[in-house]
Amino acid sequence: MTTADSQSSEQEQRREGAVGPEGWEPKIVAFVCNWCTYAGADLAGTSRLQYQPNVRIIKLPCTGRIDPVFIVRAYEGGADGVLVSGCHPGDCHYSSGNYHARRRFALFRKLMEFVGVDLDRLQFSWVSAAEGAKWVDVINDVTNRVRALGPFTEYQALSRWWKEVPDEQAIEQRA
Amino acid sequence: MSKGLQDIARELLEKGEVQVVVGWGAVKADPDRTRPILVTDPDEVGELVWNPRCVNNLAVYLTKAKSDVQALGKAAIVAKGCDVKAITGLIQEMQFSRDDLVIIGVACKGVVSDGSLWQGELTEENRDLKCRFCDVRTPRTYDHLVGEEVPPVDAEDDWKDVRELEEKTPRERWDYWQEQFERCIRCYACRQACPFCYCTRCIADKTLPRWIESGQHPRANLAWNIIRAMHLAGRCVECGECERVCPVGIPLNLLNRELAKEVAVEYGYRAGYDSEAPPPFATYREEDDQSFIR
Ligand code: SF4
Ligand code: SF4
Ligand code: SF4
Ligand code: FES
Repeated sequence: MTTADSQSSEQEQRREGAVGPEGWEPKIVAFVCNWCTYAGADLAGTSRLQYQPNVRIIKLPCTGRIDPVFIVRAYEGGADGVLVSGCHPGDCHYSSGNYHARRRFALFRKLMEFVGVDLDRLQFSWVSAAEGAKWVDVINDVTNRVRALGPFTEYQALSRWWKEVPDEQAIEQRA
Repeated sequence: MSKGLQDIARELLEKGEVQVVVGWGAVKADPDRTRPILVTDPDEVGELVWNPRCVNNLAVYLTKAKSDVQALGKAAIVAKGCDVKAITGLIQEMQFSRDDLVIIGVACKGVVSDGSLWQGELTEENRDLKCRFCDVRTPRTYDHLVGEEVPPVDAEDDWKDVRELEEKTPRERWDYWQEQFERCIRCYACRQACPFCYCTRCIADKTLPRWIESGQHPRANLAWNIIRAMHLAGRCVECGECERVCPVGIPLNLLNRELAKEVAVEYGYRAGYDSEAPPPFATYREEDDQSFIR
């Protein structure tokens, strides 16, 4: 349980490491499985545990249903960081979805690293239905790391390509 | 060498063992190049050639993406060792069985990266990159072999191309790939040439929902190139066709090889060698590395 005091000191710490512009808050998208991590996050809530409010949770049946293209879409939509979380090995509701996902994501993160993404922006965890406190730690840590990196400007700049196309007036002026 | 090949093809067609031979033919307008041809008439086997300009991986013509070829009947295919790796992968993925196919293997000392560089001799300068560490210069499986067996290159893949980029900073890598992907015109030639892109409906063409933006702009191009590479992970045999056909020269095989290296390191697997092996992403081990998961 977090007391008001420790909370405010936490906030201070956050501000200290901040890289982004004034008032900027990291956007984290968490893809979680329905059976473990979502229930764990729910437990954190019902236990009234406090954590940083930067995470948007997207619930899927299983980590095995989380396609890398979802992660790409999250970055395209402006996410500064992505978390993928599901059941611990052996606990998957569909018995092997997370084992398959583990291989897929081991590769995918290497690919993302190879194209120049800092892997603090793409993180993974196992959080069971009983691990509300772990969920809190994971979210705080992921958020802090992304905060330290600042906004994902490289990716977000890719979305602004069309804004750089000169408008008609500018073209006329140039002519 | 072409003669031996033509004799084999004629016999197969005359005896009716196959109805079509997929092979390489000359390009009359441009002697530096060869092209894929389909021979159905035994009197036309003279069209078939085999030389170091025969770069195309013809395995793509065996897939359902080229169902018009399948419709011709049983096929024989002329294949270098690296092409046979693609065929092996397709058998592994149950696209057809070994018995559905006659393989006319060609013993190969290498192909040239550009037909115009061929002056009658293979050198370090004109030899294609993929031939540097070739361990299948004699195909691993065939029904007929053209030429004498050739021993494998006496050196192992050093992944030098991949490591050079890995050693750069994330920012440098990002800028490097942006410069590459920005030029992508979304022609999908890479997909059309790849033996493993046989999906009847590619994710890039799906519109409900549209997973990959169709526009030709940096954000969409990054998504396309990442996801294409991901779909080939653990399957790609590094034949380099995608890269060869890319009209804007994006080094696609470098992306493929990064993934191939990781699969080799993590799971001790290289695609195209064993049609019985479970594909690495259709299986798992309980003790697979999970040091990246907290
Ligand atoms: S992805 Fe490229 S190198 Fe790999 S099998 Fe397909 S065409 Fe060949
Ligand atoms: S890119 Fe993916 S979906 Fe498209 S054809 Fe290739 S494997 Fe299939
Ligand atoms: S062949 Fe090159 S330009 Fe065409 S879609 Fe593939 S990567 Fe883009
Ligand atoms: S159900 Fe949680 S990972 Fe499969």
